[in-house]
Amino acid sequence: MSESVPNSYRNGPDERGHFGIYGGRFVAETLMPLILDLEQAYKDAKEDPSFQAEIDHLNTHYSGRPSPLYHAERLSDYFGGAQIWFKRDELNHTGSHKINNCIGQIQLAMRMGKKRIIAETGAGQHGVAVATVCARFGLPCVVYMGATDIERQKPNVFRMRLLGAEIKPVTSGTGTLKDAMNDALRDWVSNVDDTFYIIGTAAGPHPYPEMVRNFQAVIGTEARQQIQELAGKLPDALVACIGGGSNAIGLFHPFLDDKDVKIFGVEAGGHGIESGEHAASLNGGQPGVLHGNRTYLLQNEDGQINDAHSISAGLDYPGIGPEHSWLKDTGRVEYVSITDSEALDAFQLCTQQEGIIPALEPAHALAYVAKLAPTMKKDEIILMNLCGRGDKDVFAVAEHLGVEM
Amino acid sequence: MTTTRLEKRFAALKDEDRRALVTFVTAGDPDLETSLEILTGLPGAGADIIELGMPFSDPMADGPAIQASSLRALNGGQNMIKTLAMVTSFRETDKETPIVLMGYYNPIYIYGVDRFLVDAKKAGVDGLIVVDLPPECDDELCIPSLAAGINFIRLATPTTDDKRLPAVLNNTSGFVYYVSITGITGTAAPDSGKVRQSVERIKRHTGLPVAVGFGVKTPEQARSLSQCADGVVVGSAFVDIVKNSLDSDGKATSDTAPKVLELVSALADGVRGTNIEAAE
Repeated sequence: MSESVPNSYRNGPDERGHFGIYGGRFVAETLMPLILDLEQAYKDAKEDPSFQAEIDHLNTHYSGRPSPLYHAERLSDYFGGAQIWFKRDELNHTGSHKINNCIGQIQLAMRMGKKRIIAETGAGQHGVAVATVCARFGLPCVVYMGATDIERQKPNVFRMRLLGAEIKPVTSGTGTLKDAMNDALRDWVSNVDDTFYIIGTAAGPHPYPEMVRNFQAVIGTEARQQIQELAGKLPDALVACIGGGSNAIGLFHPFLDDKDVKIFGVEAGGHGIESGEHAASLNGGQPGVLHGNRTYLLQNEDGQINDAHSISAGLDYPGIGPEHSWLKDTGRVEYVSITDSEALDAFQLCTQQEGIIPALEPAHALAYVAKLAPTMKKDEIILMNLCGRGDKDVFAVAEHLGVEM
Repeated sequence: MTTTRLEKRFAALKDEDRRALVTFVTAGDPDLETSLEILTGLPGAGADIIELGMPFSDPMADGPAIQASSLRALNGGQNMIKTLAMVTSFRETDKETPIVLMGYYNPIYIYGVDRFLVDAKKAGVDGLIVVDLPPECDDELCIPSLAAGINFIRLATPTTDDKRLPAVLNNTSGFVYYVSITGITGTAAPDSGKVRQSVERIKRHTGLPVAVGFGVKTPEQARSLSQCADGVVVGSAFVDIVKNSLDSDGKATSDTAPKVLELVSALADGVRGTNIEAAE
């Protein structure tokens, strides 16, 4: 622990967008005035009750919130320890938590009078959610997606095209999420007047990490109320997977000051941290500056960004939201990692035991639950965010299992 | 701060009623030896100020040409230590031409800000341009640089309005780099009429020289832009020449350095031609 314990873990960021030393606004001058405009517009919107009312309305009637909280009894028995509860954000419209953020950001874009939406996507879940809200509100949509990811996420690519989005394949770098984010930032620098950039995770320059967290905090706010109604108490542990970290911070944030709730963030360990081929920025990286914020990054000794590796395209990012970096340093959240093969096992187990096909991203969270649950008592509760459904992953999983389709 | 090479150079150019040709090349592109050959040849070919790019894997504000040049350099083993060593070598024969290191913050942050400033000063670096450090981040590197006697050159852009301009110019030293387009390096060509207005606007707020860049490729463009500023920055055009001179394995050829320096000469003629025209 590098800092003394704060009075509350829920007050960040400060006015300059810092969570401890993390976060901030490290962007080119061309973007800085836009970032300041966005910050002001978001501040104004937060104070306007009609803004939140519109988001609540869309969450209820368009997205299908609140998502259920489900007691996974068979898996609880199977692991033989704590009771497992899933927050079913995979049941949202578009199949993941990403829609929560997109509904909020597109409302803001329209308030600001922006006419064109851009986004980056890795697994395609964010891209699909952005394309969806753009279709719903009639705005043109350009999605930057790494060429490698386009190959391994074909169903989502087609879904975005059906929704009317233009997909721009990104071939620079390794053609994955970080490169897509570079190209989206380049687009924004080139189209400053009319374009709104819907960042998909709780990272990037201030105010994005705060704004995305607040839009995603609906997950934790609902879950905190639901578990008390259904189980009569708060959970003993929270578990969520982490790429950029938006589903996790959305679940964690409302619980951060509940000091008896242990919190675990699960990074993608790829082939194992020791192999060097992973996406675990917190467990295998060090603090640096990329994409507008200071945060833990996968990088070499010269400050060059390393490529991430994960079986899950959605976790394949060499950075992490800055609030997670701060929560790691303060010790409030424990960050662990799960390998590709452990996630594949959990993917199959969830499907067989609960009749739920999870996305490969939350399969990482479940693989950690499999380790944690047996160490806990039967009357204890683990609440896990099942943040996405696995339909998009069945082809990739078949390939890993050596099945021809 | 004592007078820096940058300040001396701009003062001398002013005495000659001449505009500066500012040339950008990426350190280590396509390899260390060729890059050093280009670097040491720049002043003789007519470069007044040198911007030396510190390669970064994820140059968000740059176009494909400069990103590719960074990756060529990194794949060839370039790193910060070697980039600083290039400046040291250059200074063995040239004590006058200002060198500005340009790049992104992370490689400096990882090298360590204090260590970087000591080593850069010792090597003979005169200024820094760090694209992703706006004035809101001045305490990171800008203020320590000024304290170390290294100029900190800021980018002003078409989106920098009058309200923001004083914040951008505060703590800026050496010169102001006006980014002539809203976009990334090496894409659209700037409109010299708009640039003239913008430079005049900046000059109402500062006595510093203003150099204009992003999108300048030909001697004609350089000539036309040099009429409305104190200097013209060219980068992507050299980087393109490096790329086009490579053999099928991506290695430098005997053409690489001479071709780059040939364009530097042509651009220098373009920039200097301004005054011949003005005198006619």
